[in-house]
Amino acid sequence: MSALLEVGNVSKRFRGLVAVDRVSFAVEPGTIFAIIGPNGAGKTTLFNMIAGTSAPDGGSIVFAGERIDALPADRVCRRGIGRTFQVVRPFPGLTVEDNAMIGALLRRRHTETARAHAHDVLRRLDLYDKRAQRAAALTLPDRKRLEVARALATDPKLLLLDEVMAGLRPTETDRMVAILRELNRERGLTILLIEHVMRAVMALAARVLVLHHGAAIAEGPPNEVVRNEAVINSYLGVEDVA
Amino acid sequence: MIVRLVDGVPRRALWLAIGLLVLALAAPAFVGDYLLTVLILILYFAYVGQAWNIMMGFAGQLSLGHALYVGLGAYTAAALYVHFGIGPWLGLLVAAPIAALAGAFVGFLAFRFRVAGVYFAILTIAVAEFARIGFDHLGWTGASAGLFLPVAQYARNDLWHLRGHPAMFYYILLAATVFAFVGCYALMQSRVGYFWLAIREDEEAAKASGIDTFHYKMVAVIISAGMTSFAGVIYAFYYNNLFAEQIFGIGRSIEIILGPIVGGIGTLFGPVLGSFVLTGLAEMLTAALAAVGVDVPGAKQVFYGICLLLVIILVPDGIWPWLARKLGLKERQP
Repeated sequence: MSALLEVGNVSKRFRGLVAVDRVSFAVEPGTIFAIIGPNGAGKTTLFNMIAGTSAPDGGSIVFAGERIDALPADRVCRRGIGRTFQVVRPFPGLTVEDNAMIGALLRRRHTETARAHAHDVLRRLDLYDKRAQRAAALTLPDRKRLEVARALATDPKLLLLDEVMAGLRPTETDRMVAILRELNRERGLTILLIEHVMRAVMALAARVLVLHHGAAIAEGPPNEVVRNEAVINSYLGVEDVA
Repeated sequence: MIVRLVDGVPRRALWLAIGLLVLALAAPAFVGDYLLTVLILILYFAYVGQAWNIMMGFAGQLSLGHALYVGLGAYTAAALYVHFGIGPWLGLLVAAPIAALAGAFVGFLAFRFRVAGVYFAILTIAVAEFARIGFDHLGWTGASAGLFLPVAQYARNDLWHLRGHPAMFYYILLAATVFAFVGCYALMQSRVGYFWLAIREDEEAAKASGIDTFHYKMVAVIISAGMTSFAGVIYAFYYNNLFAEQIFGIGRSIEIILGPIVGGIGTLFGPVLGSFVLTGLAEMLTAALAAVGVDVPGAKQVFYGICLLLVIILVPDGIWPWLARKLGLKERQP
């Protein structure tokens, strides 16, 4: 079984600063993979390179057997990668349903088939009853789930989630974890997530990559990674104090 | 197709539209010559407002140079008629692609090189100004002396050559306005309409949802420019004289966008309602001032200014969204 996503020696520099330094990892199809690390470790930069928002300065990103590191964001999405943003950005003036519709129309010509699909996705994310509300009027947890819904409506093979748990209360975190686990189990959806909430990481991820100052300092199953000395010193130890 | 179009429309909105249409169809039988010219102006601005709204209201791209497409349509059709005797409808087949091409040029420059927001608006003004100066010096179209269409008394309306009574122009513009309204409605129910809204709301997020934003913005500007050029063709054959200084002027571009702003940007009824309110009331004001023997130059402009201020202060989204709520109607998009 070959990896769905293969990141090889990817680097990104902003002027003098090395934001991501020769990072490599592979995500197997049907798994949930988490990237953790302190603020400023380069997680979102890495994410943006995978999603096509910015191009890497070096290295390669291979998705489903093809290089995608030179593609713009819209074409990356059409290849089968859906994403959410760290600071949520659903289309604020549109209804919940229309937000999902826009994702659903990517691979559907007709609005009626797209609407049926959008409703499906909204039901999965517990947003169906709120479909007539404007996105701007939703609470933060609802907006976070709406972003996942919009990304999911584009029928991705790989879902990139940038801190979807941040700012959620524990019960809401558990709800999101349950939804993601269900998507992964029932549909075989591959998920790559950036997360600070260790409770969610431990519950979801099969493998974890730890970034620190742009470099990968550890990778492995979550139980091993949390016992890794370098990880405790650079990241988890700090988190425990806080 | 038609049945499907009507499917999702609230019954009351449908009756409202039909009622207005019946009134509009009957109007020329009841109004005098003067009022008819006012109605023609109203329809004219409703139509171009609708075309402009595709770019700004739906795709979120602010054009302040739509006079460019009016002027190109008017000059192309008029020049073909004056020089080669080619009628306006055939002329439109040349004028619309030329205007669409001009729109594509502006769009390509802006969208390829990421000229956005205010800078995009400035670019649209600049291109319209280039055209104004260019046509002001182009001898073939009369340069600054103007381009004139032959005028004579016509025994009957010649629809093919657009020579005849204002009522004919009224019905043509009415058909165009209805066509634009229904066309925009259909567009907004389609894939491209949803993608435009996504771009308007958040271009970055639209891209992340797989939308080729360059492509869909180009589609918007091309459709909008092509549509607008038809208004120019009618303008040329209705007024029978063209001056580059006037038709390409920035004042004309601003006039085009006032209707949709007052009526409600991004709504279907907004451009129609806004044009009715602004043009209708402004002409009534002019007539009233004339009746009491007061001659105030620029009274119309002052009135536009006051209307705009009131709308921005009281109903910033425009009159239609507010009115729709009062009437218990709701368009799908805000």
